[in-house]
Amino acid sequence: MVENRPFAQFMAYLTLALGILVVAFPVYLAVMASTFDTATIINGNMPLVPGDQAAENYNRTLLYGGMHARQPVGGMMFNSMIMALGIAIGKILISILSAYAVVYFKFPFRKTAFWIIFITLMLPVEVRIYPTYKIVADLGLLDTYTGLIMPLIASATGTLLFRQFFMTIPDELLEASKIDGAGAFRFFKDTLLPLSMTTIAALFVIQFIYGWNQYLWPLLITTKSSMQTIVIGIKMMITTTDALTEWNVAMTTAVLAMLPPVLVVILMQRLFVKGLVETEK
Amino acid sequence: MEKRAHISGWTLPLLLILPQMAITVIFFYWPASQAIWQSFLREDAFGLASEFVGFENYAALFEQPEYYRAMITTAIFSSLVAFFSLACALLLASQADKNIRGGHAFKTLLVWPYAVAPAIAGVLWLFMFHPTLGTLSKPIKATGIDWNPMLNANHAMTLLVLSATWKQISYNFLFFLAGLQAIPKSVIEAAAIDGAGPLRRFWTVIFPLLSPTTFFLLVVNIVYVFFDTFGIIDAVTGGGPAGQTTTLVYKVYADGRLGGDLGGSAAQSVILMIIVIALTAIQFRYVERKVQY
Repeated sequence: MVENRPFAQFMAYLTLALGILVVAFPVYLAVMASTFDTATIINGNMPLVPGDQAAENYNRTLLYGGMHARQPVGGMMFNSMIMALGIAIGKILISILSAYAVVYFKFPFRKTAFWIIFITLMLPVEVRIYPTYKIVADLGLLDTYTGLIMPLIASATGTLLFRQFFMTIPDELLEASKIDGAGAFRFFKDTLLPLSMTTIAALFVIQFIYGWNQYLWPLLITTKSSMQTIVIGIKMMITTTDALTEWNVAMTTAVLAMLPPVLVVILMQRLFVKGLVETEK
Repeated sequence: MEKRAHISGWTLPLLLILPQMAITVIFFYWPASQAIWQSFLREDAFGLASEFVGFENYAALFEQPEYYRAMITTAIFSSLVAFFSLACALLLASQADKNIRGGHAFKTLLVWPYAVAPAIAGVLWLFMFHPTLGTLSKPIKATGIDWNPMLNANHAMTLLVLSATWKQISYNFLFFLAGLQAIPKSVIEAAAIDGAGPLRRFWTVIFPLLSPTTFFLLVVNIVYVFFDTFGIIDAVTGGGPAGQTTTLVYKVYADGRLGGDLGGSAAQSVILMIIVIALTAIQFRYVERKVQY
């Protein structure tokens, strides 16, 4: 800061502390709710310190699920994990290959191909849900992991990110590798791939979160409850507006649904920030 | 920008680009063109036959009072969420940018809500403000307000805005912080030497220099409210009470569900596509993007 003002410093701490408090409070409540039984929550006087039902709640939720969504949340988490990993890995794979082709080769319709991919950047799956649903249904992919994953891989974010990164790699590297007699495959494997590791990791973090948090698409194409992901599973638990909603199970599920992506952000914060900032360029 | 050195041959690059092309065409261009085509068709009650009806679906849409209401709802919802999440994020970022100890820890503690799914964020806030059991509904009811987001449209909208804002602050915070840190300290020092106090410096120097970031975030936030908040709305209000929190995207979903009005739903999709393309075009036009071809 330009001048030293203890009061301004104090206000900065105070504002940030308040901000963190507001941001954390809803999650704190959910964690607390996951340690009580339904009756304690339903009467509206839930204490703000942990209760003693945590083990029971997590055990029941993970292995058996609730009264309404009779599906173990452990299985839902498994589905979410497959979908998130599938989307992240699938996107990285197809986009690093297409970016390699667009940057390092000259071939007919190269610019056209780039634009065809680039335009998809603008249209999220929400604006074409029913036709996409119909195609996936016609291909017999309802209630399959392929159906959950494939349509969400079709986007340009990854290709643009890799393309931008490849552009910063000096041409001399390709020239040197050519002189050494390396072909397209060797150059990719020995030079490009090792250099791209950070970019790959950053894209992975962002896409994992994106995949895990998908809502509308899994909601449409999963009809079997065994294929549900955790994010849509929680909705089944609270739609019943009667007093029978098992809030302890719903909140335990909410905590479990937040855990993997939040851990990824906290543990890989540097990669996360890099991925977030660069995919938006 | 082009590479000087290239690898020769063109069968290999075509093979490399094939997977992405195939997926893009099958799951993107094909359904998008189907949406456009369907928006000109009307299916009979049994979904067996359809006839070409031109712009009738669009005309019918613009005769629906519900469509205008969804537009107004979307406009109110987006502007409230964009305003509050930008304002809160800027306040927090400008404090975190000050030379204080533990800046990194503050950053970590503020960014993680980005990772929470919109639907889950909605459920968290619904639980907190649930009319009968919510921890924070009691103090509200104590002030004499009959708080009930299940029945009162304004309360429902308030809850949606709160949860959507909560989730978006972390994203805006990160970009504002990066923007603030990119402003050269010498500019701020010069203003200070000229006698400008912290507030004056903020509004006359820092805020104008941040405007590219702010504008970029504004567009991103609007797109966020349009699409990503679907999960929040579906989990918290389901578009109700009485359709009063139904946004444009939610209406596309609700109208087409269970093979309902597919033509009308498709026409709405097409209008949404046009809105998004316009927003993106505005962003390209006015924000200096670093993408080059």
